[in-house]
Amino acid sequence: MTDRGLQQHSGAEAVMHGSADKRANEEAARVRRRYRSEARFKAYGIAAIVVAISMLILLVGSIISTGWSAFYQYEIALDVTFEGSEIDANNPRTANYNGFIKSALRSQFPDVSGRKEKRKLYGLVSNGADLQAMQVVVDEPVKIGKTVRIWVLASDDIDSLLKGYIDRDLPEEDRRVKDTELEWIDQLKSDGRIRWSMNTVFWKSGDSREPELAGFWGAIVGSFFTLLVTLALSFPVGVLAAIYLEEFAPKNRWTDFVEVNINNLAAVPSIVFGLLGLAVFLNFFGLPRSAPLVGGIVLSLMTLPTIIIASRAALKAVPPSIREAALGVGASKHQVVTHHVLPLAMPGILTGTIIGMAQALGETAPLLMIGMVAFIVNVPGGITDPSTVMPVQIYLWADSPERAFVARTSAGIMALLGFLVLMNALAVILRKRFERRW
Amino acid sequence: MADGERFNMEAAEAKVLVRDVNVFYGEKQALFDIDLDIGRNQVTSLIGPSGCGKSTFLRCMNRMNDVIDGCRVEGSIKVDGDEVLDAGIDPVQLRRRVGMVFQKPNPFPKSIYDNVAYGPRIHGLVSSQDDLDELVQTSLERAALWEEVKDRLHQPGTGLSGGQQQRLCIARAVAVRPDVILMDEPCSALDPIATARVEELIEELKKAYSIVIVTHSMQQAARVSQRTAFFHLGVLVEVGVTEQIFTAPRDERTQGYITGRFG
Repeated sequence: MTDRGLQQHSGAEAVMHGSADKRANEEAARVRRRYRSEARFKAYGIAAIVVAISMLILLVGSIISTGWSAFYQYEIALDVTFEGSEIDANNPRTANYNGFIKSALRSQFPDVSGRKEKRKLYGLVSNGADLQAMQVVVDEPVKIGKTVRIWVLASDDIDSLLKGYIDRDLPEEDRRVKDTELEWIDQLKSDGRIRWSMNTVFWKSGDSREPELAGFWGAIVGSFFTLLVTLALSFPVGVLAAIYLEEFAPKNRWTDFVEVNINNLAAVPSIVFGLLGLAVFLNFFGLPRSAPLVGGIVLSLMTLPTIIIASRAALKAVPPSIREAALGVGASKHQVVTHHVLPLAMPGILTGTIIGMAQALGETAPLLMIGMVAFIVNVPGGITDPSTVMPVQIYLWADSPERAFVARTSAGIMALLGFLVLMNALAVILRKRFERRW
Repeated sequence: MADGERFNMEAAEAKVLVRDVNVFYGEKQALFDIDLDIGRNQVTSLIGPSGCGKSTFLRCMNRMNDVIDGCRVEGSIKVDGDEVLDAGIDPVQLRRRVGMVFQKPNPFPKSIYDNVAYGPRIHGLVSSQDDLDELVQTSLERAALWEEVKDRLHQPGTGLSGGQQQRLCIARAVAVRPDVILMDEPCSALDPIATARVEELIEELKKAYSIVIVTHSMQQAARVSQRTAFFHLGVLVEVGVTEQIFTAPRDERTQGYITGRFG
């Protein structure tokens, strides 16, 4: 009963019956209103989730639909004659394999004449075809002097054509692949000399100017080394800082100041860390440019606040009763922390660390400043080798004009997202596994 | 109150001597000039309304207040003649001698065995695994828990019932062989049956230890303790033999509290 109801109740007897009815009506209306507003509130929430999920589906869907074709590649079969007179059996790498490929193409299409036409013919296969041919000979030297059918990568234009990205019906002058090339391709197709295979280059090699030879492996390894440095620096420093601030530091103006600044640091735009890295690590300390070492140091500056904040939250979540229990049996402060508080906080700390690492994995801007944006073909072998990282590689490919890089960009994004999902899954598993109840 | 009543024990009987203890939380004074003797192999209960300072006083005796920011303790507390409040004394060593059981059962999220073995391990009280096993067993026996848990020593201590957990905490406190055991409302989170078991246990434990227990239940104080101290607003109002406190309190504040006029 409401206050108003009570007042009415205590009013005149004559109106009592009527007012009771009215009160019941009001009550019912209020309940209906409450139900309606609750339903509305729920609907808003569901709508928000639907919007978020559809955005995600749209994003992932568009990436997959443009990127999936980068995971396979078309190959052309050539009957290459490895002239025994031109290959030094002791040093087979020095021979002119490009010449073998060219002559194989010429013998395939003997009618082609003229410089321009010939150059077009040679352009059917990838620039890396000679390396593939060389590999065949290096692997099996018995093939010297023989004619062997080998499958070489098609060039990126032909690959795009075969994948259906180039419209045959366009007028010739608007088409990257000309009529003669179409004829050759159709002939090769009818001879069964064209097939597709999984794109192993993508997972095996570093960057290249030729899309069909460009791989993501160099960027994956670069990211791995960079994150290794980041983890090695930011995890111990972050956890120790968090433990000191949470467990040992006196609560005074000085620690407040430190705390505020850690929170501020988390909000600093990442490019600023890149500039700092450029000024301090490259210019002042003279560390190598484009190296995962410097990238890792810069990213660990960026990740530190995340780890410190997450670790402090995890430490704070350990119930004080556990600390008291340990103190009560005569554990020292240090034993309380290492024996009880830290193990209990570990799942939270690890989750925070992995989230921070995932953030670092996707970071581009600061790495641009320290030269990790360079075009690097070799897969890095250590933390001081020049390398790039996944997001920067994606950025580089997105910047390249060739049609085939569009698909590779999306494929790179898929690989990066895959790693991020893996890391987050790891965080969830760690949390589930090591979470202890009390 | 005359000094004779306050120190109404033979000097040899007193385990802990508390003199002129003042406690401050920042600017606020929480305890005023406390003088109290804790008898050897006796249960001393501290009663009083909430916020009267009995827990604060209890925590002075093993310097658990050290971990509270801005808490300052003045005066003298002597355990077996050793000054507790001396800056030179190591609070960690002290807490081994003066064990504590808390209001809410707080076993470590480890196995029952490890809960009890933790203290002896960190203090290096045993040299071999056999000794440790034996110490764990005797501690659990002392806490009247052995029969119930002997088959599942390696299961988590947090899986026990509330009463069992509290007895596990008592076993854990006993395992480091303290001289004094402080209990801060050990039964307030337990049901009456578990409470009765813990009370029996306290009765048993006093043969070997000097026990100080903070309680909100006057019946409990009457049942388990030999001496009772009544705190009010940070002042030790009255202390005496439990029977006397409950039947013939000298101070009218004590009278008012035990008859339920405030509290």
